[in-house]
Amino acid sequence: MYSVNYHRASSVADAAKLLKNGDAKLLSGGMTLIPAMKTRLAAPSDLVDVSRLKDLQGVKVSGKTVTIGAATTHYDVSTDEKLKKVCPALAHMASLIGDPAVRHKGTIGGSIANNDPAADYPAALLALGATIITNKREIAADKFFKGLFETALKEGEIVTAVSFTAPAKAAYQKFRNPASRYAIVGVFVSKGKDGVRAAVTGAGEDGVFRSNEVEAALAKSFDAAALDGLKVPAKGLMSDLHASAEYRANLIAVMAKRAVAAANA
Amino acid sequence: MSDVSLTVNGKRVSGSAEDRTLLVHFLREHLGLTGTHVGCDTSQCGACVVHVDGRAVKSCTMLAVQASGSTIVTIEGLADGAELHPVQAAFKEHHGLQCGFCTPGMIMTATDMIARHPEGLDEATVRAELEGNICRCTGYHNIVKAILAASETMAKGAKGKAKQAA
Repeated sequence: MYSVNYHRASSVADAAKLLKNGDAKLLSGGMTLIPAMKTRLAAPSDLVDVSRLKDLQGVKVSGKTVTIGAATTHYDVSTDEKLKKVCPALAHMASLIGDPAVRHKGTIGGSIANNDPAADYPAALLALGATIITNKREIAADKFFKGLFETALKEGEIVTAVSFTAPAKAAYQKFRNPASRYAIVGVFVSKGKDGVRAAVTGAGEDGVFRSNEVEAALAKSFDAAALDGLKVPAKGLMSDLHASAEYRANLIAVMAKRAVAAANA
Repeated sequence: MSDVSLTVNGKRVSGSAEDRTLLVHFLREHLGLTGTHVGCDTSQCGACVVHVDGRAVKSCTMLAVQASGSTIVTIEGLADGAELHPVQAAFKEHHGLQCGFCTPGMIMTATDMIARHPEGLDEATVRAELEGNICRCTGYHNIVKAILAASETMAKGAKGKAKQAA
C-alpha cells in the first residue's frame, strides 16, 4: 500500500471539508477500498473515515418507510428485527454478502458508492425503487447507478442514507462465485404499489440493470410459472472466465424464477 | 504517522504507526502478538480474524489507525491463565487442526459465531458461518465438530452459572 493520510471525520460536514484534501477518498467499512489500496489499484492521498459517525448508522422503520444510514453494516441490516418484519428480502440479501467478518465491517453506503458490477445492494435498491440521500440532494436509484463503478455522485458528495417504501413482496436470489462469494448473477424482484421491478447484478456489461423481459412477464402475473420458457437476450451481458454471456442470460431467468417463488412463499 | 491507542486483551496499549499500517501488522510487529496470522493477505482466508469491539473482523483489511480507540481481543486473550477457553479446549479435544496455521482465525471466528447464536448451532450453520475461513489441511470435519462441541459446553456453562445466580 502506498503512503496515505488518515482522517476521522467528526461529522458529515467535516467529512465534506476533509475530502477537499489532495486526492482524498471516503473510507467506510473498507472491505473494497483497503484491498484495492493493498494491490495499488487505488492510491488515494488521504482517507476520510465516516464509519464511526453515529448519524450515518442504523435502520429506521416508520410504517412502510425504511431508512438505512449509509454507514450501517451488512450485519446490522441482516439482523434488524424491524426491517425483517417489513422487508425481509433486504435483510436476507445483506446476510448473503461476503462472509461474517466482511459483513461486520462492510456498509450499504460503501457498497452503492462503489457500484461494483457484481455487488448485491445495487440490485436491491434498483428493484426497490429506493432513493439515495446525499449531503446535497436525493437521487432515485434509477438515476444513481451509471455503469461499471460509476454513479451519479459528484465530487465531494457523500451518501448519508437510503430510503424506500417496503414492497408487498420481494426476494433476492443469487448464483455465487464459490470462491469470491460475489454474484455471477443475482436477481432482486419486488412487487409494490408501482408495479413489478426486477434488477440484475453480476451480469451486465454496464453494471446493474432492470430486466425488461422479466418485468414484462411478471407484470402479467407475479408467479414463477409466468417465467416458464422466458428467454433473456445475451446481448450486453458480460463474458469472463466465470461464465459466458449466454450462461448468464440463462441464469437471469433461473434466478428470477427462484426469487419470485421465494417472494410468494 | 498517527498515534494508535487500543485496549488489547484487556490491556491499554498505544504506539505510533504509519497510517497505512494494517491492524494485523500492528498487533504482530508493534505489540509482538504473533498468534494472529497473515495467510492470504486478501481478506479471504480468515487466518487474521480478531475481535474488534466485540465483532470478528479480518485484521489484514483494517488499518491500525482505523481501530484506534477500539477494544481488541486476539487469540492470546482467550485463555484464562493456564486454562484454555472452551473453544480452544474443544479444538484440542476434537483435533480440529493439523498444521495449525488457520487455527487462531478459526477459533476467533468460532467464539464470535457461538456468541451470535445463543440459541445453539447446527452443522449447516457452522459450515455456512465458516465461509470466510480457509483450512487447507483438515477438510473442516473436526473443526465443525469442535465448534459444535464448544457451543454445547458453553451453553451448559451459561445455564450452570444462571442456576448458581438464581
